[in-house]
Amino acid sequence: MNRFLLPAGIFAALVALLFVGIQRAPNKSVIASPLIGKPAPQFELPVLGSAETFANESMGGRWYLLNVWGTWCAECRREHDMLLEIASRGEVPIVGLNWKDDPAAAQQWLEQLGNPYVIIPADREGRVAIDWGVYGAPETFLIDDRGIVRYKHVGALHPLAWESEFLPRIRGVK
Amino acid sequence: MIVELGHFALVLALLAALSQSFFGLVGPAKGQASWMAAVRPAVYAQFALTSVALAALVYAFVQNDFSVLYVASNSNSALPLLYRVSAVWGAHEGSLLLWSWILVGWALAVALLSRSLPVEFAARVLGVMGLISVGFLLFTLATSNPFERLWPAPPDGRDLNPLLQDPALAAHPPMLYAGYVGFAVAFAFACAAMIEGKLDQQWARWMRPWTTVAWAFLTVGIGLGSWWAYYELGWGGYWFWDPVENASFMPWLIGTALIHSLAVTEKRGLFKSWTLLLAILAFSLSLLGTFLVRSGVLVSVHSFAADPTRGLFILAFLVVVIGGALTLYAWRAPVLKSNAGFEFTSRESFLLFNNILLVVATAAVFAGTMAPLIADSLGLGTLSVGRQYFDPVFLLPTLPLIALAAVGSHSLWKKGRLRERRTGILVALGAAALLTAVLVLAVWEGAKVLTPIGFLVGGWLLFSALVDPIDRWRRRLSMTPAILGMTIAHASLGFFVISVTAVESYTRERDIALAVGESGTVGEFKYELRSLEFVEGPNYDALRGEIAVSESGVPISLLHPEKRNYWVQRQQMTEAGIDMQWSRDVFAALGEDLGAGRWSVRAQVRPLINYVWLAALLMAIGGIVAALDRRYRRRGEAT
Repeated sequence: MNRFLLPAGIFAALVALLFVGIQRAPNKSVIASPLIGKPAPQFELPVLGSAETFANESMGGRWYLLNVWGTWCAECRREHDMLLEIASRGEVPIVGLNWKDDPAAAQQWLEQLGNPYVIIPADREGRVAIDWGVYGAPETFLIDDRGIVRYKHVGALHPLAWESEFLPRIRGVK
Repeated sequence: MIVELGHFALVLALLAALSQSFFGLVGPAKGQASWMAAVRPAVYAQFALTSVALAALVYAFVQNDFSVLYVASNSNSALPLLYRVSAVWGAHEGSLLLWSWILVGWALAVALLSRSLPVEFAARVLGVMGLISVGFLLFTLATSNPFERLWPAPPDGRDLNPLLQDPALAAHPPMLYAGYVGFAVAFAFACAAMIEGKLDQQWARWMRPWTTVAWAFLTVGIGLGSWWAYYELGWGGYWFWDPVENASFMPWLIGTALIHSLAVTEKRGLFKSWTLLLAILAFSLSLLGTFLVRSGVLVSVHSFAADPTRGLFILAFLVVVIGGALTLYAWRAPVLKSNAGFEFTSRESFLLFNNILLVVATAAVFAGTMAPLIADSLGLGTLSVGRQYFDPVFLLPTLPLIALAAVGSHSLWKKGRLRERRTGILVALGAAALLTAVLVLAVWEGAKVLTPIGFLVGGWLLFSALVDPIDRWRRRLSMTPAILGMTIAHASLGFFVISVTAVESYTRERDIALAVGESGTVGEFKYELRSLEFVEGPNYDALRGEIAVSESGVPISLLHPEKRNYWVQRQQMTEAGIDMQWSRDVFAALGEDLGAGRWSVRAQVRPLINYVWLAALLMAIGGIVAALDRRYRRRGEAT
């Protein structure tokens, strides 16, 4: 046994280890939400621009999207047209969780760009977003008719994600 | 347009790097003088082109060009100019570009300063460096292109991670990379020597200043990172044995071993294959550090951009570079045997022990860093390794190492006698014992078991390092930069050990809940929260507290810790309030809002903590001074 081969041998073992490690490394760009398959966290929040409150319990029995947005978020603006299109098709209602935002700015935004949401709970403190494990805006959750979180999309929604991930689930294919 | 120009320049830089490695490695093998003559121009071209690429990216950031995906993801129009520039290396893609630029910068330095080297040897060194450049440029262009466009362009960017909006962190990555990449020079020297099958004392002399300078950069880089973590993360510590910290520390330890082993190879022609192995290891650990940070294999607070596909690319690159070098080593190192003996207490033996202890310390850090990964790969579940492991396994080899240095730096080559220095060493030990007694008994209260040991070995090394200069001064002998540099580095290391011992032993810390007007005590210190007010910065607003601290009833500091809300990323950041006094830091950070106007306040008083970083800086200066020694340049002047 050549002792000069030893470093190369140790290195080979290390490479094998790292290779296994890579395969198991979580892909951070699509962090699977621990909420998937679990009941949606419940909340009750004031509705944007009104004195009423909204509890997500009241959505019971219906599929809905929970879209986390804010006027301060550039990606949300990019996503907005896509949301309007989903709303116009009427397949699934969108609840717009307005996250850490200024109410006046949020209302102005909706007046200018159009409102895709059925209702807009305002999470000014960000506590609900914490319960939902929101990492950044925009994020979109899909909740089924039994109140179970079925899917989470991180970043701006795009047609590909909508057709391959959301629609099949809503239509009961996936 | 400028952005596309940058992208194009980077593609051309890859071609330049390819020709650099081809002419550099194939030229000497074929004995083609004209091919070897083409290596230097290829380096110049690669440097110019990579500089254009980097400048183009800086330009895109300064101009707020959010149609560039990387700029949109890491900058914002409200971001101050300094951070728009440092945002260039604020995430993965730009970091890689900076890395490539620094690598070719080192190659440029080698090209310019290697006129005295044999032509074939210089060509091979630059060829190996070109090969590393090829890997990094290919990686950048294929998986991490910073020039990618985003359409439609967003009105504004997502901002730089607020954690990185800090002057120390603007300078930390360039310094760290300069150190990491600097070891590529030592690596290339080692590979060139193995290819030629020739390794003499001259070789070690060429390599020493390069290794020492790279080591000095790495020292400063690690120091800056540690300093930043102290005041920016709001935890108040200076070292957390975080995987990313370890990733930078392991090459440093091996680099330190290499510096000492090179001394033996230069002076006595010994340890040849060992020196080669250390040169390969130092750079390999730098690359491995990159892999660990960038692949997401090890989860850490630092890994901002983790991506498995990138990890796979780096792993393949590691296999080529490290695997190639180690195979070359297994094949060639047996040829490069050194035959000479030395006595047990000679300088050679001391340096041998130095190397063994440093490698053992590195292995211990390595094991702790990799253990979670091993456990996960073998399906044993998740494992977290903290300071309960690292502190003892690291101190076990390093405390004896410090004591060894106190004695060993006075030993002689080949011979086992310490000569007249014995008195000096004992006087230094006596002085250290006196210092320990004063510090433990009179200055601070509450010593721990290791406290006197830390002070004693640290003090011993500090005073022992001064014996030689004092001796020379009394005998009117001159000091060479090499000896002066060694003295500074060793004395600073002793000073470092003393400072760390003080911080670890005598820190007073407590988390207290305070409302405005209330106060709480930490040992003999009283923290009083005077006020809380909102203030506004350029791209954030903040809650600013005013905390008055008094010691045994005497007011000593007024602190202004902040809790900042960065607008774009909606991230809360802690800006600690620190009063830097000559002997200690009085520290306060706002923790959590506990409701009803009460905040948790992290109150800490840490003696000597700033000297930990000052000592690291002095160590680096020692390295630079030693690298300036005239004997490294002598041959250059002769030709």
